[in-house]
Amino acid sequence: MNEVELLNWARGPGLAYATVIMVFGLTIRVIEILSLGRPKELAKVRSSGTGDGLKLVVKRSLPEPRNWRFITASYIFHIGLLVVIFFFIPHTQFFRDVFGVFWGGWPNYIIDFFTVLSIAAMMYTLVQRRIDPSRRILTTVSDYVAWLVTFIPFVTGYMAFHRLGPDYTLMLALHILSVELLMIALPLTKLTHAVTFAISRYYTGSSMGRRGIKA
Amino acid sequence: MTPEENNETTETLGQNLIGNGVSRRTFLKFCSTVASAMALPPTAATAMAETLSKATRQSVIWLSFQECTGCTESITRSHKPTLESLIFDFVSLDYHHTLQAASGDAAEHAREEAQKAHKGKYILIVDGAIPVKDDGVYSTIAGITNLQMLKDVAADAAAIVSVGSCAAFGGLPKADPNPTGAVAVSDIIKDKPIINIPGCPPIPVVMTGVLAHVLTFGIPELDSHGRPVAFFGESIHDRCYRRPFYDRGLFAKAFDDEGARKGWCLFEVGCKGPTTHNACATVKWNNGTSFPIQSGHGCIGCSEPDFWDAGSFYKALSTGSMNPGEWATDALLAGAAVGVASGILNKASKSKAEKNHKPVTLEDMGGKNE
Ligand code: SF4
Repeated sequence: MNEVELLNWARGPGLAYATVIMVFGLTIRVIEILSLGRPKELAKVRSSGTGDGLKLVVKRSLPEPRNWRFITASYIFHIGLLVVIFFFIPHTQFFRDVFGVFWGGWPNYIIDFFTVLSIAAMMYTLVQRRIDPSRRILTTVSDYVAWLVTFIPFVTGYMAFHRLGPDYTLMLALHILSVELLMIALPLTKLTHAVTFAISRYYTGSSMGRRGIKA
Repeated sequence: MTPEENNETTETLGQNLIGNGVSRRTFLKFCSTVASAMALPPTAATAMAETLSKATRQSVIWLSFQECTGCTESITRSHKPTLESLIFDFVSLDYHHTLQAASGDAAEHAREEAQKAHKGKYILIVDGAIPVKDDGVYSTIAGITNLQMLKDVAADAAAIVSVGSCAAFGGLPKADPNPTGAVAVSDIIKDKPIINIPGCPPIPVVMTGVLAHVLTFGIPELDSHGRPVAFFGESIHDRCYRRPFYDRGLFAKAFDDEGARKGWCLFEVGCKGPTTHNACATVKWNNGTSFPIQSGHGCIGCSEPDFWDAGSFYKALSTGSMNPGEWATDALLAGAAVGVASGILNKASKSKAEKNHKPVTLEDMGGKNE
């Protein structure tokens, strides 16, 4: 298979398979979580918990004054990830094609800036995971996989955009394939938090609210 | 008269050009155009002129298989005699079924004669793909399958030039679902040097330039797809004059919007320039007049393998070619069904567990009342 066939495969069947696995897997996971319901409250229910639930969704998304370096790096990379995915013009074309909506993209130099920043931030978080003993113990193989499949699309995308590597067509194919890997990993690893983070935060917040604990 | 007895093949090219009223000046101009298009050193033009004018005309057999004749049209059709048309003075085109006067048996006879007379020395030019399914019955000439004819003629050729994307990569005949099992020349012939000059059609000066190079300096440097690096080494996007707009994020969104009128980048309306290697942006078409992007249409990627199967010409390169949205909807419904089923199962096993639940006593845990 040459680089052109690889690109055609990645843009065609590869993308279709990855989409199916991602959407199928994520839908199952979300519905399963929702259908678990709540345990019966043994104590008197203090409030509906809605307000506390929503509050925690916001609160846990804001930085906490702990280990500011690690937190900054995490923020940078999450914001960078969203910016690069949703505002790089070729990506917006992808979303326009799939969803029929177009929200305008940002100039390449801004995307480039966020990409470099995100790559640096991700490397920092990896190093921290290795050198901080408590983080190291808590990190499982699946966490490293999650890190890797998120990291590779940044690198391949950066290389393709800057015409680095052996050949642009090949780099573009590798970039798309690496994104497909990320799509497949979404329902299978902790990366599911991309869609479940709000549900879990809401659940925790509302449970606390119902029991009268300050969220 | 056999080709050997034919004057045209024994007189030198220089003599032949003079005989045809081509001035040395025109000839030199051709050589320097080719040399500069191929980024050869300045001295190469003179060397090329010297070698070519002393050479006898090269015997060429041109075989057309599953093709549309667009490649021949490209190389021959011009309003006035062009530099490109000079190539027909360089070669003795012993067989080309669109251009030759002979037909029927006489035509096939001419091919066999040329094959015999110039055994091991002629250049074989092929345009069109070769169907191989069902023993190649889907395309025949004089009762001979393309597959058989290619094998026969290639056996005694010095080199093969695959002109056009069909001969080079399979092209349109090979596009999905490829009903005739069409393949490229290089899929069949493995023991001869093959130069691919893809394009649908290829740029005339690229075809003639490569032929002139073969006649003077031999086979040029080729890339991994067998294309001459001099013409196919860079992508359209690398040399596109609209590139600054791409970098600044200024795109035409439709063929008649303001961006289109301002000449912004055509990526969003489907330009495949970033992944296409060809010389359109530098050599251009119609004697250097223009090229597709300059006339407002995105590059369709015609000089790359399998470009017909790379999705719509009018959708951005960064979109999926198999409509991922549709697949996503089906996957969502299937996922929802499985999710609900598994939710019901979970509930059932939960209530069963609750029903079977017995309170644990201290004795159960191995403790003793003392
Ligand atoms: S028009 Fe096509 S080749 Fe030119 S800069 Fe835009 S994408 Fe690249």
